[in-house]
Amino acid sequence: MASLIKQFVNSICSPVTIFTFGTGFLILFLSFPKQFTSKWVSGPLAILGIGFFLFGLTDPHFRKIVTTPDNVPIVALLFLMAYFTWYAVRKAVRNDERLAQGKAPIEKEESEQKVLVFPYLIFIEFVVALFYAIMLVIWSLALKAPLEDPANPTISPNPSKAPWYFLGLQELLVYFDPWIAGVLVPTLIIVGLCALPYLDRSTKGSGYYSFRQRRVWVTGFLFCFWMLWITLICFGTFLRGPNWNFFGPFEAWNVHKVVPLVNVNLSDYIFIKWLGIGLPKQWFIREAPGFLLLGVFFFVPPLIAAKTFCRKALQEMGAVRYVVAAFLLLMMIAVPAKMYLRWAFNLKYLIAIPEFFFNV
Amino acid sequence: MSFDFNTFKQVVTKGQIWKSMFRHGYTTDDRDRALAVLTNVFFHLHPVKVRKSGARFGFTWCAGGLSFFVFLTLVVSGILLMFYYRPTVEYAYNDIVALREHIPFGIMRELHRWGAHAMVITVWIHMLRVFMTGSYKPPREFNWVIGVTLLVLTMLLSFTGYLLPWDQLAIWAITVGSNMARATPFFGHEGPGAFLLAIGDIELVHSGDDARFALLGGRFVGAAALLRFYILHCVAIPAVVVILMAVHFWRIRKDGGISGPL
Repeated sequence: MASLIKQFVNSICSPVTIFTFGTGFLILFLSFPKQFTSKWVSGPLAILGIGFFLFGLTDPHFRKIVTTPDNVPIVALLFLMAYFTWYAVRKAVRNDERLAQGKAPIEKEESEQKVLVFPYLIFIEFVVALFYAIMLVIWSLALKAPLEDPANPTISPNPSKAPWYFLGLQELLVYFDPWIAGVLVPTLIIVGLCALPYLDRSTKGSGYYSFRQRRVWVTGFLFCFWMLWITLICFGTFLRGPNWNFFGPFEAWNVHKVVPLVNVNLSDYIFIKWLGIGLPKQWFIREAPGFLLLGVFFFVPPLIAAKTFCRKALQEMGAVRYVVAAFLLLMMIAVPAKMYLRWAFNLKYLIAIPEFFFNV
Repeated sequence: MSFDFNTFKQVVTKGQIWKSMFRHGYTTDDRDRALAVLTNVFFHLHPVKVRKSGARFGFTWCAGGLSFFVFLTLVVSGILLMFYYRPTVEYAYNDIVALREHIPFGIMRELHRWGAHAMVITVWIHMLRVFMTGSYKPPREFNWVIGVTLLVLTMLLSFTGYLLPWDQLAIWAITVGSNMARATPFFGHEGPGAFLLAIGDIELVHSGDDARFALLGGRFVGAAALLRFYILHCVAIPAVVVILMAVHFWRIRKDGGISGPL
């Protein structure tokens, strides 16, 4: 029975299934936040999640991966983030209900009262600090910091992994060249986060938990945070083994696992497969379809949206803010879109100009 | 003569030394409680009074305050580690082994490493909370930007510290991480656009002067990289972080305290 479950889990686990399922679940969660944060749904889900983890611990391979000292914090992170996301959405749902009835959010009443910092706030901080300090000492006593063999530049471990918080970016290396996965994407994450308050200037939902008034922004943020950051980190940490091959949670990391590499460029698809004329010699003709596609992707939707359903947003935001927001949103879509193109069509590059190290 | 605690307490708390340190009593009236905050440089990070909603654990999750506390524990454990650790290829690994083998009750390195992971997590949780309460909205836009910078610096602190044990885990993680810099557009020798920066046949950007070289002080993760990462980890980045934290905390006060409904 247990081995059947493990086999089943291994067989359905792949980047595309987990990513699709995760995104679907997030959409479902945010479409029915009231139902999903009620104890009748969230309770069983929590039991299911913890139950799966406990069941996994009976498997030697799973146990080895999650108890690797540097991986333990990521397990903690996963449960903590799930809890806090659930908690924040639950509070948001309560406030949404109050707002729908014409009442002020829960925080409003208390925000008009003031309390003395000493002792009311200092006390909370003291207890939290004490709790953390005790937990850290126990954690440190229980788990030795890892120390492997002395550094040796001639022997590279397989797999070689970056520190865990950068594994989401390393995971993107499967789908993108280093200049996108390692430079452009992190830059856009930082720029996008910094730009956030200058794009979302609505005073609604300021200073209290809420969802309905800020549906678009909260959904976008949680999608980036959960799917494009935490999920990819979990892929990189728990499920990527030797040669960066994907392994199921109960699958032993076999160094000799062979995965066929049949990725094909867009230009190959068009000029060889469809037109049957062979690749043109000049790169600008060869890559013209890719440039055209990207141009359409980045310019047409914002233009159409500006004339139709985003007309009001454009007026409120102004042209500069609208363009920046549209660009960031399209980049946010482009990353998973390229991943899906890889999964569906084995697409390697939309634009491939190895002459200039310019591959998209 | 029997020992009378109350007399002893009177002698101590009415004496010149005690009164020079604490300008307030320990009664529970509002004046003393206000003075407890006002006359203490550490508590003085806070105002005397805050919104009741802001003093709720359920609202703030105390994640920002906890991040600061975790940072302080990392400073303390980090300073202690610096007594034992020499950032050279000859000594680095052996010093870490010695920390483990020779230091009684040696969990200082564990406190530092797990604390570093914890700080990354608490900072992310703090960001989630600030986002979910819409606390980045005017007038707190710029403080959010400083917060994003601190988030990035937190990860860079952790990243630079990752190299210091000088074991296989360390150099290969940093090798993988820093290889990205090679592909920086224009500034990395394998990045798009770098070939444009050339005078005639002379390449201006090559493996000996690109972004990765600047980060590592060499073409691979070696002695220069170890020293660079050590100084970035122990001096340069913490200095910037401390300054930005001061601004971050100051701005919370100036922007109207812990956020609440308008």
